[in-house]
Formats: sequence, C-alpha cells, structure tokens
Amino acid sequence: MRGIYNEKDMGGCAIAGIMSESGRLFNGEQVIRMIGNMRERGNGLGGGFAAYGIYPEQKEHYALHVMCESAEARQAAERILSQRCAIHADEPIPTRMTAGIGERPMLHRYFVSVRPSELEGGSNKTEGDAIVAVVMSINLEVEGAYIFSSGKNMGIFKGVGYAEEIGEFFRLEDYQAYIWIAHGRFPTNTPGWWGGAHPFGLLDWAVVHNGEISSYGINRRYLANFGYHCTLQTDTEVIAYLFDLLVRKHGLSFEAASMVFAPPFWAEIERMSADRRELARALRVVYGGALLNGPFSVLVGHAGGMVGLNDRTKLRPMVAARDGDRLYVASEEAAVREVCPNAESVWHAEGGVPIVGEVRSPTLPPSSAPQRSLTGGDFASALG
Amino acid sequence: MLKARQWLVQPDFLVRRDPDKCIQCQVCVRQCSNDVHEYDAEEEVVISNSAECVGCHRCATLCPTNAISIEQAPLEFRPNANWDGNMIRNAYKQAESGGVLLSGMGNDRPYPIYWDHMLLNASQVTNPSIDPLREPMELLTHLGCKPDRVELSPASNPAKLATRLEPQLELETPIMFSAMSYGSISYHACLSLAQAAREAGTFANSGEGGLHKDLRAFADNMILQVASGRFGVDVDYLNAAAALEIKIGQGAKPGIGGHLPGEKVDASISATRMIPQGTDALSPAPHHDIYSIEDLRQLIYALKEATRYSKPVFVKIAAVHNVAAIASGMVRAGAEVVVIDGFRGGTGAAPTMIRDNVGIPIEFALAAVDSRLRQEGIRNRASVVAAGGFRCSADVVKAIALGADAVNIGTAALVAMGCHLCQKCYTGKCNWGIATQDPILTKRLNPNIGTRRLVNLLRAWSLEIKEMMGGMGINAIESLRGNRDHLRGINLTGRELAILDIKAAGE
Amino acid sequence: MKRVIIKEEFCIGCRLCEINCLVQHSKSKKIIKVFRNERDSLVSGVQVEQSGYVSFAIQCRHCEDAPCMEACMTGAMHWDAETGAVLCEQDRCVGCWMCIMVCPVGAINTGPNRAVASKCDLCYGAEMPACVANCPNEALIYGEYDEE
Repeated sequence: MRGIYNEKDMGGCAIAGIMSESGRLFNGEQVIRMIGNMRERGNGLGGGFAAYGIYPEQKEHYALHVMCESAEARQAAERILSQRCAIHADEPIPTRMTAGIGERPMLHRYFVSVRPSELEGGSNKTEGDAIVAVVMSINLEVEGAYIFSSGKNMGIFKGVGYAEEIGEFFRLEDYQAYIWIAHGRFPTNTPGWWGGAHPFGLLDWAVVHNGEISSYGINRRYLANFGYHCTLQTDTEVIAYLFDLLVRKHGLSFEAASMVFAPPFWAEIERMSADRRELARALRVVYGGALLNGPFSVLVGHAGGMVGLNDRTKLRPMVAARDGDRLYVASEEAAVREVCPNAESVWHAEGGVPIVGEVRSPTLPPSSAPQRSLTGGDFASALG
Repeated sequence: MLKARQWLVQPDFLVRRDPDKCIQCQVCVRQCSNDVHEYDAEEEVVISNSAECVGCHRCATLCPTNAISIEQAPLEFRPNANWDGNMIRNAYKQAESGGVLLSGMGNDRPYPIYWDHMLLNASQVTNPSIDPLREPMELLTHLGCKPDRVELSPASNPAKLATRLEPQLELETPIMFSAMSYGSISYHACLSLAQAAREAGTFANSGEGGLHKDLRAFADNMILQVASGRFGVDVDYLNAAAALEIKIGQGAKPGIGGHLPGEKVDASISATRMIPQGTDALSPAPHHDIYSIEDLRQLIYALKEATRYSKPVFVKIAAVHNVAAIASGMVRAGAEVVVIDGFRGGTGAAPTMIRDNVGIPIEFALAAVDSRLRQEGIRNRASVVAAGGFRCSADVVKAIALGADAVNIGTAALVAMGCHLCQKCYTGKCNWGIATQDPILTKRLNPNIGTRRLVNLLRAWSLEIKEMMGGMGINAIESLRGNRDHLRGINLTGRELAILDIKAAGE
Repeated sequence: MKRVIIKEEFCIGCRLCEINCLVQHSKSKKIIKVFRNERDSLVSGVQVEQSGYVSFAIQCRHCEDAPCMEACMTGAMHWDAETGAVLCEQDRCVGCWMCIMVCPVGAINTGPNRAVASKCDLCYGAEMPACVANCPNEALIYGEYDEE
C-alpha cells in the first residue's frame, strides 16, 4: 500500500472548494461536479474531499478516520487509541462499490475524546496537542495503519481513483457540510497508495495542493524541531503542519502566516510603511524555514472557513468567486461556472495574497484558528 | 656573509628563462624579494638562482615578453607512494635545522574534498526552474539569534509586531571575509577587504590583530575579533564593531594560538596590537580565562554588557572531532553565531604537522552541527557560518544546502587579490604585497585594485549562486538553507552519506 | 584635457612604463625586436625616479604655460590644439638644449643621436598612453585633474 518508490511525490493537479459563509449546510454533489469538470488535470491515481459540519451528533468528539492494511494493524492502532483516548463510537466508513475504485484498505472511523491523563505532565498543553501526539504516534509506530483525518465535526475522504469516483465511493451525497474541499491528483510516483491522496489533514486542518514545494527538504527539517514528523513522502504534508504550527500554536493570523509562506520580496518590503516593514522583516527572519518555495496553489480548510493562497510569483492558477453567502475557489474558472454560472464576482488570486473565507455563525465549534482574520476576502488594502 | 650551507635542502622550483625572449629589461630583478634574479653587468645578461625561488610567479606575471616559466624542480625521486617528495624534503629540512616545520596557507595534502562528492539538483517538468536574469532571486541573509516565534500585538489592525528581535547582521550575499589579522597581512590588504565588504554589503573580520585606527571608518562592516592574545582589545574597539567574535580556534591550527613572527611586527603593528616592535606575537593556545564551557558564557556576557547588548556575539571554533557537542554547548552558552573553521582553513603561519593533520573537513562538521542543533530544537538560537577552503560558488551553494547560514572565505579572497599560494607567508616577503609589512612590497597591493578584485569575486559568485538556485526552482535563500534534498552524493560510503544525511545520486 | 596623473604611493619601481614607452615609439612595435635592434635609437618619454621605497614615474606635464615653449628659439616646441599636448617638431629642433635646462620637472632628454630633444608626446593619437595602459599597479592614470 505504501509508496513503492522511496522518493518525494509531486503534488499534481486540480483543487476546488465551496463554503457557505453563513454556515448553511449542503451536500457534496456540487463540489463533485466542480472537481469532475477538471478531470483532465488528474490521472486517476488520487482524489479526495474534506467536509465540515458532517457529524452534528458527534460534534464534541474528535472524528478519527483511519485506513488500515490489515486487521492486525487496525487492532494495534485501536490499542494505542484506547489507552490515550476514550472511544465513544466507531464504525466502518460507509462506501459503495464504484467502477474505477479497485483494491482498497480497511476504512474505519472512531469518535474519541482525550483522556485527562494525557493533559498532565507537560508536553500536551491542549486537547489539540494531545490528539496531534496520538496521530503522530500511530502514523510513525504502527506499520500499516494511518490516521488521515482527526478533526471535530469534519472528515477527510480520499483514495486512489478519479475524484468524482472517490466522491461516489464514499457516498458524499449523504453528508451535509458548510465547507467542501476537493482535489484530483496527478501523481508521478506510486500507484495504489491511498494515503498519498489529498487532502492532508491534522485536527480540523485539511490541505489540498497543486504544485511542488522546492523548499520541502528544509520545511520538513524545520517542522521536526517542533515535533511534527513527515511520514507521507509528499510535500503537501508540510503545509498542513505549518498551518497548525503558525496559526494554531503560534497564534498568527492568516495574513501573517501568508507573509511567512509567500513573503513579499525584500525590494517590496523596503517600500512598506515602517510598522509593516518591521513586521514583514521579522516574519521572514524568524520563519525562514517555513517559507514555501516553488509554484503552489493551496486551499486550506478549517472549522471556521477556508483560505486559498498562491505562491508569491503566481505560478499556479487559482480562481475565486462570490455569490450570495457562497465562496467558490478552484484551479479553473470553468469549474466555478459549472456550479455557479452567474456569480456576483469572479477574480484571480494574487500571488502571496490569501483569499480568506470566514464562517460567521455562533453555533459552530471553535476552529483551530483562534485569531480570526480581521478582514475577509481580498485584504490587500489593509496592507500599509 | 658566508653561512654554512644546508646540503640536503635542494630547490623546490626551477626558473626557466627563454633566452630568445628575454630582453634584459630587469623587471624580474627589481620585483623578486627573494633575490632570485640578478643582472650581470659584465655579461649584460639576467641570471637566475633557482634555489631561492618560492614559486610565487611575480616575475613571470610581470615579464613583458613572458620569457620566464617556473617549474617544479626536476630532481625526481624514485616513485614511492609512501615517502613522497614532500615527506622526504621535510625530513631533510628538519635534519639540517632541528626546527619545527612552518607553513603558510591551508592544508595542501590530498585528503578527499567532499564538496566534489556532492552534486546539486535542477528542476524539470514538475517544477519550473527560475531565470535569475528575469525574476527576483533573493540572497539577503540575517545572522544572529532568532526567536522560535513571532508575537503580534493583539488589538492592532493592520497587525503590528510585538516581539523585539535580537540584533542581526544583514548580508547582501551569504559570503563574508574570514578573519585575517593586520600583521599576518598588510594594511593595504586589510583596507581592500574592508572597502570591498562595505561596497558589497557584507562583512570583513579583523582577525586577532586589532583594528588599525584608519580602518575605524569601516567598522560598520567589520566583525572584530577577541582572540586569546586579546591584541588590540579595548572598549572603543568593541563598541565600534558591527559584531564581535570570540576566537577559540581556527581550522589551520586547532588547539594552538595565532603566530605572527617578529619579522612582521613593525611600528604600526606594534601600535595596533599593543606589543613591542620586533617581538613574535604568539597567542596563547587557550583563552586563559576560558577553561570550560561556563567560562565561555561569562566572556560572552561580559562582551554583551560592554556593548550594551547592541551587537551579535560570534564564537569561532575549529572543526574537530566532537564539534557537534561543542557547538551545542556554545549555543546554550549564548553564542549567537557559531563559526566553524574546517581543516582546509588558511593561516599566515602554522606548524606544518598541525596544519596538515589536525581537524576535520568542514563538510562533515557543518552537517553534524546543523543536524545536532536541529535535533535539540535550538537551531534557531544561533546562525551557523562555515569556513575552511571554499574555492568556488558551487562549494558555497552546497554548504548552504547542508545547513550553513553563510560562509567565510579567506584563501579565495587572497587569491582574488593576487596570492599564488606559495605558502611562504610567514617569511614576510610576500611579493604580491599581501602577507608582508615591508613598505617596498606593500606598495604592490594598490587598495583600489584590491577592492575592485574582491568586489568582482563576490559579485561573480553571487550571480552563480543565483543561477544555481534558479535551476533548483528556488527564489529565496531561506529555502536552500538546510535543504539537503537538493544534494546527492557520489563516491561516498554509506557512513559518509549518513553523516551528511544526504541521499546517493540515483536515489 | 586629459593628462597622465601620477599616484606615487602605488609605484612599485618595476619600470614597465619605460619599457612600453620605448615599444610604443619604435618602428617595429614588437618588444623583442625593439630590444634586439632598436634599443639604442630610442629614449623613453617617462622616467622612474627612485629613492629607497619611494618611487614614481614622471613624464612631461604638458604645461599650460610651458617654459620649454617659451625658451625654444626655433618654435619646434609647440602646443598641439587637438590633444592639448606640448610636442617637439623634430625637423625644426636644432639641439640647443634650452628646453632641457628650463624644464622644471626635468622631463626632457637629449634624443638618441644627441641632435634633438626628446620627451613624452602623450602617445600621440592613442586612446590611452602606453605607460598608463601597462602600469601593473595603476600608479599612472589617465584623466582630468579636476576629477581628482
């Protein structure tokens, strides 16, 4: 099941996302149509989705999606899980036989909460830290088991096949979510490894990525300092962990985090106003190891919304559109028009400037992004 | 004056003069400080005494008809892989003199050069390479202690920085000039290095000779060294600098202190170093107030107090066997930049045996230090600068990929100013005006030319670095730093690959 | 007007300026041939003065109000409007040596056959005088005095 070539896999492909900024729920049919429209960008060796708001009865518990190569692997993983978490419910993830989806691992989901003992003794300051530790533990230590989704009231569904086929396989028309994110993959590496598909997730972060990160070698080593271990041979993994580190743990806003991942050039920084320049410089100097170099188009979901970002030299496409309370993001405009032919506004993302969609609804659980962005959408005007 | 001849010591070089080309102009006679060439007025011809030739090429370079060639002396031994010519000749010298063999410059023995066993990547198809002539390519580098995270002021919109950063040195290019003392090299050489550092937006290092008063104007681009002899160190010196460097050791002679022969200590050196004229300036082997790691911490903080915490403190060590552990200790003791000097590092004078046999290659030392600091989670607390035999821009790129924040060049800088690596720096007779204090000879290094050549070298290397980075699909040096995925090894053992933590070509 | 500016702090006393002046003013312009065949018929326009480690190369300053022009009884010493140089018209010179005696820097010498005066002519017509082009340490530079 694991990659047969021990090399970094290239992030191919197509990305898409839809969210309702007022928190209204809808099923996966539209996002499947969006990603299906961009079928040509993939090669059928990977597809996936992330959805938020799908487990309302279990919304207080962490929903862990696990893929296992064998029953022994599942048992080993479950043993570790039950030591450190209380398992409130578990079941196989519902699927259906679908043309185009071949051999697959066992797919199971657990709804857990963190045992209080995990929070004593120092290294786990919050429940989130404890869950991250459990995920890293199982992924590193248990051969053949891999937790690929670990957030509350959200889930990642992914595997080997075209994205539309994966969508059908996981019966996504049965789920209601306020954010949907999708990905179609063009891997140059291994056939057959379900874990290599996008989205990559940790807690309620889900990342889909188009491009290749030439700074992966250092991003990976930088993250290791902070306890994040990259086990999945793909550069997208570092994006998820970097968002978790910078936004959840260090408390940076999405704008500040974007200035780390896709920083303005030094020549631009020199022309900024004094406060802005000082901030931009400090972010580059301190977070050099987190700079994402190389072309990328990234869409990151979290419980409070989604963020789209292009690399600072804008080498990958990203189109966004707003219509009513809906925000659409995709690699191609055609995908947006497929589901929203007459959007109120359509625009292309600017290199290094994030597209921020926020859910303004009091009934949803707090996201991993404690510092809400202070402006929505295009915030270039807020920069000095 | 008649002196007993040292019979066993034969010339190293043969001076060959083409009689058809020689025009008896006597430029060579005037230029050789070793009196190799002489004009015989009776015969009206220039003759050469090869015995004194050190192979510096001054005569050959200036000869207007290229009539002179310098060859290795053809007194060839029977081939012997164990006792090579050098070893035999060293034994003769010691038999005749009873002294310690001295050499200038760096280790010249044929140990493997690991830079030549590492290859760089280029991006194709899945990732575009970048053209540095058309797109921005950023080399700006900051040296100093960096925090783990940045705090923003909570209430501000737009966001404002709350964290206060420690003082950083800002370099336009990740290449600085190594420490070379005024004394080991001439004032003109020091001036050239200082001016070039200013022009290129980088830094030069005073070495342990103190700072000549006329170079104070360049102190903003100088790192001033506090070495074991504490030559020239007073509070004004410390406060003038852009940064301070505690020199514990250097790659050319780990474990022993600096050595400036008395021949090179003239009035000006004497005033700058605060020592009597004509005496050998022998720095003690250790700092006599640093006998253990906690003493280093004390000195670091003494310097910080003296300069009101306004500048970064560097600590320079030679690359030796447990360099990773030493570096870790130094960082925890408060060093903000760790400078590691590998065994190919140069010097004005060192005992040959120590120069050639003590210390380890910078490639391994750098990889080990970077990996260890990351393992311990303290890599951000200090920048790492690598030194010791960088010959070209590709070496620099490989060093940065292994984990260096910047590199120091010493030998390369001297070569740019005209050095021909004859290794006789300790005699004080450098024909190129670099490693001498003799005013006849120091005139030969015009600082305008020296500065221009150094700036050219830095500029050329910086452009090449940008080309190589662009090839890898990287447009900011932060993404090359420590990115070992862009290196592959060839002809390295499994152990060596593991220590460098790079894959083999083909993997 | 461009002149040869002397930087005595950089002169290394190699005398390559003298050698190249000879070659520039020779018939063959090939250095080995010059030194083999023409050496005796040439006098260098630039001379290196040396004492200890102080040395510098000096040639005619091409003065604005040249004493040699005033002293010349035949008008052989004249000012060339195109280059601003003071030149000696060899056909007019009678070898009286008044110019040599009045020159304040001693830049004029007797010619090879002692018949005429000989001095620097700024390598008439060349982009840069040979002494400047061949000084290995930039102790002679070619420029305007007020640029200094």
